[in-house]
Amino acid sequence: MMTYIIRRLLYAIPILIGVNLITFVLFFTVNTPDDMARMHLGMKRVTPEAIEKWKSERHYDKPLVYNNSVHGFAKLTDTIFAEKSLALFAFRFGSSDNGRDIGHDIRQRMWPSLAIAVPVLIMGMLLYITLSLLLVFFRATYVDTWGVVLAVMMMSISSMFYIIGGQFLIGKFLHLVPISGFDTEDAWKFLVLPVIIGVVGGIGGTTRFYRTLFLEEIHRDYVRSARAKGLSEMRVMFVHVLKNAMIPILTGVVAALPLLFMGSLVSESFFGIPGLGSYTIDAINSQDFAIVRAMVFLGSVLYIIGLILTDISYTIVDPRVRLQ
Amino acid sequence: MMPELLFLWTDLLLWLLVMLTLLFIRYAGKRRHLREPWQRVFRSGMAVGAAVVLGVFILIGLLDSIHFRSGDDATNPGEVLSLFDTMVTPLREQQEKSYSAPFATTLYAREMVMQEDGGTERIYPQLKYGGAHLTDLGEKRWDILLTTAIGVAQAIVLWLLVAGLLGLWRRSKPSPSSPRERVRVRGEFAAHWLSVLRRSSDNTNRFPWHVLAWMLLILFMLILVSANLSLKYHILGTDKVGEDVFYQALKSIRTGLVLGTLTTLVMLPAAILMGVMAGYFRGWVDDVIQYLYTTLNSIPGVLLIAASVLMLQVYMDNNAADFSSTIERADMRLLFLCIILGVTSWTGLCRMLRGEALKIRELDYVQASQAFGVSSFRIMMRHLVPNVMHIVLITVVLDFSGLVLAEAVLAYINIGVDPSTNSWGNMINSARLEMAREPIVWWSLSAAFVFMFALVLAANLFSDVVRDAFDPRLRGKG
Repeated sequence: MMTYIIRRLLYAIPILIGVNLITFVLFFTVNTPDDMARMHLGMKRVTPEAIEKWKSERHYDKPLVYNNSVHGFAKLTDTIFAEKSLALFAFRFGSSDNGRDIGHDIRQRMWPSLAIAVPVLIMGMLLYITLSLLLVFFRATYVDTWGVVLAVMMMSISSMFYIIGGQFLIGKFLHLVPISGFDTEDAWKFLVLPVIIGVVGGIGGTTRFYRTLFLEEIHRDYVRSARAKGLSEMRVMFVHVLKNAMIPILTGVVAALPLLFMGSLVSESFFGIPGLGSYTIDAINSQDFAIVRAMVFLGSVLYIIGLILTDISYTIVDPRVRLQ
Repeated sequence: MMPELLFLWTDLLLWLLVMLTLLFIRYAGKRRHLREPWQRVFRSGMAVGAAVVLGVFILIGLLDSIHFRSGDDATNPGEVLSLFDTMVTPLREQQEKSYSAPFATTLYAREMVMQEDGGTERIYPQLKYGGAHLTDLGEKRWDILLTTAIGVAQAIVLWLLVAGLLGLWRRSKPSPSSPRERVRVRGEFAAHWLSVLRRSSDNTNRFPWHVLAWMLLILFMLILVSANLSLKYHILGTDKVGEDVFYQALKSIRTGLVLGTLTTLVMLPAAILMGVMAGYFRGWVDDVIQYLYTTLNSIPGVLLIAASVLMLQVYMDNNAADFSSTIERADMRLLFLCIILGVTSWTGLCRMLRGEALKIRELDYVQASQAFGVSSFRIMMRHLVPNVMHIVLITVVLDFSGLVLAEAVLAYINIGVDPSTNSWGNMINSARLEMAREPIVWWSLSAAFVFMFALVLAANLFSDVVRDAFDPRLRGKG
């Protein structure tokens, strides 16, 4: 087991190097730092001196991969690639293009993101599993048919409409909670709406997906023997079938766990929650490439952690799976 | 003089896709194993209903994909218009000054207007086009009712014609299964006019003509009523700069279709080739390809798209001279968005194909071909690729609705299609701010919602049936 985890961790290194190279190529060679400076300072009427100043303030004035002006090992380390890209491996994110410390921002903004993502995940799981089990319980009846139709309809609504609609209905029309904003004092007030909308937005797709998982289990032999023993259908469903169908559900959730840190892009910025999602969006909108680069790397690390956790959780919940 | 045709990249690719689809239909029609799943699809009433709706969307999208310059000669190039634009010229040209509600005859906000006696007064100014034909505003309700009635009447006449002809055509086709019926049918044309509406007695094995007929009736009514009404009113209101929202929503169809289809089209060759190669060759080829897609997959999709689009913007700003018109620039961005969305979404398909290829390569007929010394390339082309096509098809159909929905999110983050391109995402994005207005402007958002919902729902329902028909695991389970 231990060797497996270590091997997986080692396997993650080339992937992260790949991610690093891709971001480097995208951010520094497709468009040079000169282009970036020009974009930030405005396209027209920009002097070469202003560009140089902008670059040197942000340490973008070094050669890309090979520095001929210094001696020794510094030829490789005193470059943009080493300082901006390789430094990410040590989680040194550096400072954003407007001078703030990215690492500090991330540590601070992580918590509001989690405050939304974790309740959405837990409440969502409970709700989706209950709903899908009910659909399976009423399978081949009108409840099931119309439930599925409703789920498909809910799936067909863009997440934007859930957010805008929910904000309008609950916040503006019923005046129950504030429309947007965040405050550490009365945090729950600001979190209720995004959490509800996050849960409701997932009902359609996830319930339908879980329903198919449960339906696959329902024809298995152990279900038949449980019924033959005289167990009530309720007990069969909520104990036997649920337990076995939880394997794919749980592992799917585990894969998504680390990414919870990243927060939800759209809903955070809509509700003005100062989490990592809105951080990313703000960075994209203000074209702050330093932050985008940091978030790309962070996202990849978390994704890979999720992959490893998934494999490990398989062995824990399903003893038939052996890792070599 | 003939207007000068203008081929945009997305136009060409869209028409290429149409050609490929037609070729595939011809190809599949001759082969029983390909024909049967499709026949199963089209025996489902739901699929036929969804297909009719999709068909209307596709028709509008394709009409909107034939572009030309409206000008007469080189000195006066004119605007770039599409065939669809010329069909809805009144909608396009009837621009108001600012917001107006659906069916309104005045603007939505009061304005200062100079009176004849020199004083000013705050009133709701009359619209230039919406309801301008009315002499008495009190007649508006009757006028709307009358116009609707005319539309309904036209729809019914058209439908009687189409559905009737369908019925005649269907009945006059000799059906070998029931020779007795055929005898009875002859000479009773009148009785079969509209016979399509009757459910056939064995509705399990037949094309659901009645669904088609009813769907056509509903669609004819919607189209003709809205066509009649939109000549006189702005049936979905106007936006901030006074453009008709109905027109915007219709124009957005093309953007949605392009993103939903071209994205998969551009990623398919790479996904199929790499997936099949990884599964067939195994060894280091497999390692490299797996490494490639795990790496790409581990980058958060939105961020990769954002990074690429930001880079594209910088590139376009630096090379502004390469793009002669805004429409070409916008089109380039749309195409680029398709490509980059394809890069982020081919990995799932590639992984599935690899798994399937791993299984198929162990089958006897592949082993036999290898023993005969058939080249690897030929084996992959003749044996592997055709046998994984059902997975490709299912993925293409399933991905479509997700891509249409993704466009709205991307537009919100400002990394979607060009702001000058009509798209539902852009409509929602601008309507977002309008919701905060007092009184609120709700029609842009609602229009985008209805159109998007209709397209995505139809696509979802259709893809469900397609998946059930093509997925071998589900075959035979009813």
